Amino acid sequence: MIRIQAEPFDPAAELAKLAADGAGAVVSFTGLVRGEGDAVHCLELSHYPGFTEKAVAEIAEAAKARFGIDRLVIVHRYGRLAPGEPIVFVAVAAGHRRAAFDAVDYLMDRLKTGAPFWKKEEGPAGARWIEARPRDLRDAARWSEDFHAARN
Amino acid sequence: MARILYFGRLAEIAGGGETNVALPADVDDTEKLRGWLSETHPALRDRSVRIAVNQIVAREPAAIADGDEIAFLPPVSGG
Repeated sequence: MIRIQAEPFDPAAELAKLAADGAGAVVSFTGLVRGEGDAVHCLELSHYPGFTEKAVAEIAEAAKARFGIDRLVIVHRYGRLAPGEPIVFVAVAAGHRRAAFDAVDYLMDRLKTGAPFWKKEEGPAGARWIEARPRDLRDAARWSEDFHAARN
Repeated sequence: MARILYFGRLAEIAGGGETNVALPADVDDTEKLRGWLSETHPALRDRSVRIAVNQIVAREPAAIADGDEIAFLPPVSGG
């Protein structure tokens, strides 16, 4: 299940839906808006309706195929968010823990670098746009064929 | 008319994030569109800005025509 929404959500309630279905392992990740001390008052996310949903669905399908999982939840917010609010939630149910851990790790790396959202941070110094950082790109590259070929 | 959408930092550069434009007759692909629009908005020349035509990321240069929805997409940051 994938939801791209402006409304707040409750990560515990999302997790309970997935865990209720008899899986052997459920792993979840919740991303919160960082406050960076008092440097961030608000985060504003925009998306491209239709296009964003399709791109996130493609990332989800890739994770399902790669890790042999069939049940996952992705919730991603857009609009104005305050520090501390959940911005993204990813959970995966699998037969065993390794696939579930890996799938969530993979999904977050791919969402960070490939999900069509644009973030503007507002703070006392004004507003600035945030783009994927080199660290995010390196994390996502861990899953590429080349990386595994080099490591193995 | 073509519908042009601007996201992220470009929404501010190009004002409002959305415009309908009459494409000049010789602007018939994404490369020429970049050239034409970047006379006013140089940031659109930046190769890190991808273009989607009718919600599909284009392999440039891609053909464009009246009636298309053309989106300029700066690097993304989900999560």
